[in-house]
Amino acid sequence: MAELKVIKTAAEEGLAEAFAGARAHLPGAASVKSLRENAFRTFELKGLPHRRVEEWKYTDLRALMRDAKPLAPLPDAAAKLKAKSASAFASAAKARRIVIVDGVFAADLSDVAGLEPGLSIGSLAEALSQGEADVVERLGRRAPLADDPAFALNTAMMSDGAVILAADGVKVERPIHLVFVTTSIKPVSVFTRSLVSVGKGSSLSIIESHESADGIDNQANHAIDVAIADDGRLDHVKIGREGDRALHVASLVAEIGKNAHFNDFTFTAGGAVTRNQIAMSLNGSDTHAAVRGASLLKARQHADNTLVMDHAVGHCESRELFKAVLDDESRSVFQGKIIVQPHAQKTDAKMATHALLLSEDAEADAKPELEIFADDVVCGHGATAGALDDDLLFYLKARGIPQKEAEALMVEAFIGEAVEAVENEVVREALMDLARAWLKARG
Amino acid sequence: MHLLEVKNLHVEIGGKKILNGLDLTVDKGKVHAIMGPNGSGKSTLSYVLAGKADYDITEGEVLFNGENIADMEPDERAAKGLFLAFQYPIEIPGVATMTFLRTAVNAQRKARGEPELSTPDFMKKVREASGELGISQEMLRRAVNVGFSGGEKKRNEILQMAMLQPRLAVLDETDSGLDIDALKIVADGVNALRSPERAFIVITHYQRLLDYIVPDVVHVLSKGRIVRTGGKELALELEEKGYAQYVGEAA
Repeated sequence: MAELKVIKTAAEEGLAEAFAGARAHLPGAASVKSLRENAFRTFELKGLPHRRVEEWKYTDLRALMRDAKPLAPLPDAAAKLKAKSASAFASAAKARRIVIVDGVFAADLSDVAGLEPGLSIGSLAEALSQGEADVVERLGRRAPLADDPAFALNTAMMSDGAVILAADGVKVERPIHLVFVTTSIKPVSVFTRSLVSVGKGSSLSIIESHESADGIDNQANHAIDVAIADDGRLDHVKIGREGDRALHVASLVAEIGKNAHFNDFTFTAGGAVTRNQIAMSLNGSDTHAAVRGASLLKARQHADNTLVMDHAVGHCESRELFKAVLDDESRSVFQGKIIVQPHAQKTDAKMATHALLLSEDAEADAKPELEIFADDVVCGHGATAGALDDDLLFYLKARGIPQKEAEALMVEAFIGEAVEAVENEVVREALMDLARAWLKARG
Repeated sequence: MHLLEVKNLHVEIGGKKILNGLDLTVDKGKVHAIMGPNGSGKSTLSYVLAGKADYDITEGEVLFNGENIADMEPDERAAKGLFLAFQYPIEIPGVATMTFLRTAVNAQRKARGEPELSTPDFMKKVREASGELGISQEMLRRAVNVGFSGGEKKRNEILQMAMLQPRLAVLDETDSGLDIDALKIVADGVNALRSPERAFIVITHYQRLLDYIVPDVVHVLSKGRIVRTGGKELALELEEKGYAQYVGEAA
């Protein structure tokens, strides 16, 4: 049989070179090395996803990535200094700051002293170098996104990240804030993988923020692997505020046990191109999973939120709500797939996405998908896209509120509905402050 | 100078002519009632005064305190002291009534070059005004008009009027959908705002409201023009005889 020669794009060539050059130095012993090899092979066979790949049809990474940026060098003192003052988001929440600068877990910049009993926070790179069995085993498990090219690439190239573990029966009140900062002035790529484990009956609250400077086309590929044991609870809020030329691809995979809670919220206001993909598997009954998000986009920003909610067993409830406010020529994409496996009876799954278009040239794409194989379930989905209601605007103006302020009030109300589901009040207020700042910048 | 002078007003919407040379003069301190059959142009008049888009003035003018307001945005007119109490008040999900009130009050004050109300001053005014209208603090925390009954929505309109203290208040069929008790509360609220400096245009289909908000002048609006003007007895005459004699009137 003739050998199939796949023509690689410049970016794909660059990634192959990057992997070839880095594989010897990336942390992890034999089993991890072969995990990386296999993952890269998976990526290589598929290549960067493009518009004819259904899951990526609205975010053609192959077209968007002209080249592969060099891996970020280890942060020096100057980089660490920059990172130190990064992200004052929700500082009133007094969260425990864990700083990951240029893809490196910086213990010296992080608050890792006085950890609550039963809570451990450490560097993935270190865990892999030490050959920590739990971590290695966890990475070896087949994740819901294992065949996805971006996730596979992350598995191959992951250099560091945070490993957060709450043992059984540990309720951690104080939120943990993962501060991801890219400080490089020249465009670089970072690949991080973080692991979050919530033990039986335990609870964790995690804020995750991403930032970088404007004008630099960094390429970030992040992944978070979440495991929530029975009766566990995780609240996760992610804020994307990278610079206006950044490419951000992030995967979140979650395996959730029974009678558990997972509240996830993604706020996107930065980046040139953002792809957040979430794949959750509800493996135990009586579990509640809520995945929500809000995107505020302008200029030519593109934000794609893709989710797969797999009801592997019955009697679980899932809720998805994504809202986008689009100005100028921006674009939002929402792809939501709900899978109800055979025998997953009494599933209650609802998904909704709403886009508010503030300009004639903005575009919102919504693709709800339902794959239902059980017959005693309640599943619903709704998608709307529209401009501000003229009658409503008139009502506000007739009360003396000028056009721009009236629009701002309505946009705030629109976003507020998604944000109000965030558990932590300080974080809610901080998110609304971000929304208000975005509106103010509109003029 | 008259508070409001509408002179030979012709208005169309979507190419359809609704107002056909309407004349109306309102002085401060007075309550004018405008009554008319359905389709006579009552709501159109209120929307045109408030400045709603899509209503085209093809001829005539509207002078408010001597100023031609035809080209002014709705928020400009509001800041100048014009208030429209909507027939169908709109729901604003996600915006608390309290927030809405404060934003409106301060937006108007800013437009007039007045200092914004401090939060304690604002809260005091709201408490007083809402107390008099039987609107609870709990309702003020809810989103504007969301889940409000018809009566509650109308009372909310009156609360806004009380907070904004307009020069001219246009009440567009404020009585529609209200039972007697709700009607009384709304009428009391309006009457409490009567003053020598303020005028009201009460647009209504039925005479009943005018038992509670007694007008100084009554006009009959038919086919886009005022066809008859009289005192408060005219309202009673209309109740007795109906609008039939005016519907036949040539434009």
